[in-house]
Amino acid sequence: MDHDSYPDSYIRGILNTVKTIAMVGASEKENRPSYFAFKYLLERGYTMIPVNPGHAGETMLGQKIYAKLSDIPVPVDMVDIFRGSQYALAIVKEALALKPRPQAIWMQLGVRNDEAAALAEGNGLKVVMNRCPKIEYGRLSSEIAWMGVNTRTLSSKKATIGGIQRMSLNRMSAQGGATAAADRAQREDSGH
Amino acid sequence: MTERIPGFATLAVHAGAQPDPTTGARATPIYQTTSYVFESVDHAASLFGLQTFGNIYTRIGNPTTAVLEERVAALEGGTAGLAAASGHAAQVLIFHCLMQPGDEFVASRKLYGGSINQFNHAFKNFGWNVVWADPDDIGSFERAVSPKTKAIFTESIANPGGVITDMAAVAQIAKRAGVPYIVDNTLATPYLCKPFEHGADIVVHSLTKFLGGHGNSIGGLIVDGGTFNWSRDKRYPMLCEPRPEYHGIVLHETFGNFAFAIACRVLALRDIGPALSPFNAFLILTGIETLPLRMRKHCDNAQAVAEWIATHPKVAWVSYPGLPGDRYHNLAKQYCPNGAGAVFTFGLKGGYDAGVKLVSNVKLFSHLANIGDTRSLIIHPASTTHRQLSDAQKTAAGAGPDVVRLSIGIEDKDDIIADLDQALAD
Repeated sequence: MDHDSYPDSYIRGILNTVKTIAMVGASEKENRPSYFAFKYLLERGYTMIPVNPGHAGETMLGQKIYAKLSDIPVPVDMVDIFRGSQYALAIVKEALALKPRPQAIWMQLGVRNDEAAALAEGNGLKVVMNRCPKIEYGRLSSEIAWMGVNTRTLSSKKATIGGIQRMSLNRMSAQGGATAAADRAQREDSGH
Repeated sequence: MTERIPGFATLAVHAGAQPDPTTGARATPIYQTTSYVFESVDHAASLFGLQTFGNIYTRIGNPTTAVLEERVAALEGGTAGLAAASGHAAQVLIFHCLMQPGDEFVASRKLYGGSINQFNHAFKNFGWNVVWADPDDIGSFERAVSPKTKAIFTESIANPGGVITDMAAVAQIAKRAGVPYIVDNTLATPYLCKPFEHGADIVVHSLTKFLGGHGNSIGGLIVDGGTFNWSRDKRYPMLCEPRPEYHGIVLHETFGNFAFAIACRVLALRDIGPALSPFNAFLILTGIETLPLRMRKHCDNAQAVAEWIATHPKVAWVSYPGLPGDRYHNLAKQYCPNGAGAVFTFGLKGGYDAGVKLVSNVKLFSHLANIGDTRSLIIHPASTTHRQLSDAQKTAAGAGPDVVRLSIGIEDKDDIIADLDQALAD
């Protein structure tokens, strides 16, 4: 997989398949990006499991917090890494030890670890790096367009509604406008 | 599987729009509403806290306006857009997110006269200090940069003189200075030039001109290129520091490469307030659908008129970058290969009085202070748009006493030329 540029079909495939997401590094603080993403994905119907050793045993938005991935008593479909890039390899190793194994590893916006990605992909997992699942969900459902964001999708079909001011991810769309300059800047920033 | 990226004309018609999810309406509805109901108290809290995407109040966002924002962002190849009540309002919002009192920005001295006024006077009341540079001397931008510099600003094709800025060279200077490069792309539109491909970080538009294109709505728009790293040098507290307005959220960390557009919306537009009317957004959107068709015709007509007028005995000079021999011809070929725009100036041998006479004699051209209309427009800047400037500033801005500015419309070019011919004959 080209980790500088993911096809929409790849991202949509992951978000449409996974149901249970363990978020490593989820914060209970309302102003943290991990809290935003956790809350948004929970509201979109995913089973969200927070992982944060400093707050194990507490609850976050009604969900019990676990100290580590291996403590989670149910199968996890995707591990969302909200930690610094340097921690990603160890987290992927923990994820690979789970039985059953998750289908996908997702590293948050600003998080990229190519060694960890290669290990996960070598074991048949799908990997996304340096993206936010909340932003990608909002983009592919077109909800994020309410904020003027370029969703890089077009559609001649009406979106399916999932409630007031809420769109379903199951929107038929084609590739839309590109963001070549931003993609170049991101590659330069990450040294690729 | 490769995913096909649509072409410009397809984006001009479709980007941002989809059939209305409730009614199936195919044209973008005009959501003429101030406010939007919340699903629950918690949903309202999520919206106000920026934790979910959605609509609260039309000063902050509107679904019709949002289609326009995404449309222009897609045409420019940017990550996100934000509309404002005018191009001037858009500039206030941009600089509000970049500048603290006492800060400086470097701007090309070849700008729309309204921008020169805004930067010289209104912005100085906020303590935002402009330092002027000359696009014909790129080194002057470098020399104007100081430790207080927060941005560099130019137009792509400058109004009114048809000056083409060497954007790649200015972008290098901005990069070395560690500041964002802002380009006003109003006269070129993304059909002729895409500043993000040449190193711009932020694009600003007056939608009033060619994008809307029909002379019926005032509007402005900011496009975030997603290229500037706001956290690198920690010089932009609106983007890289916890915001007290939103319980300590850090916008760049939370929104990544569209954080600047979000800052313009949730910090600047929310608190300063120059929102675009959804009705104007609808009219401008309708205009944008035909942007590629109109720009082609505008440019073809302008080229023909410029070639004709260059040979007229009463005309001293023509400044149109589409003419071979024009000092900006090579830059035009580099930056605007599909046409050099449709706004240009020429000088009358008869000076100020000949300019006044010409604008009085025309019958098809409209004498007014706008550009980028389907109709051909004429103005004598020295007696109108640039009259507040000193004589030296007028000449420096390409608006000396002998100068006439044309904005060529999409009428039949023979009729446009015939009108100028009869008006000059008298």
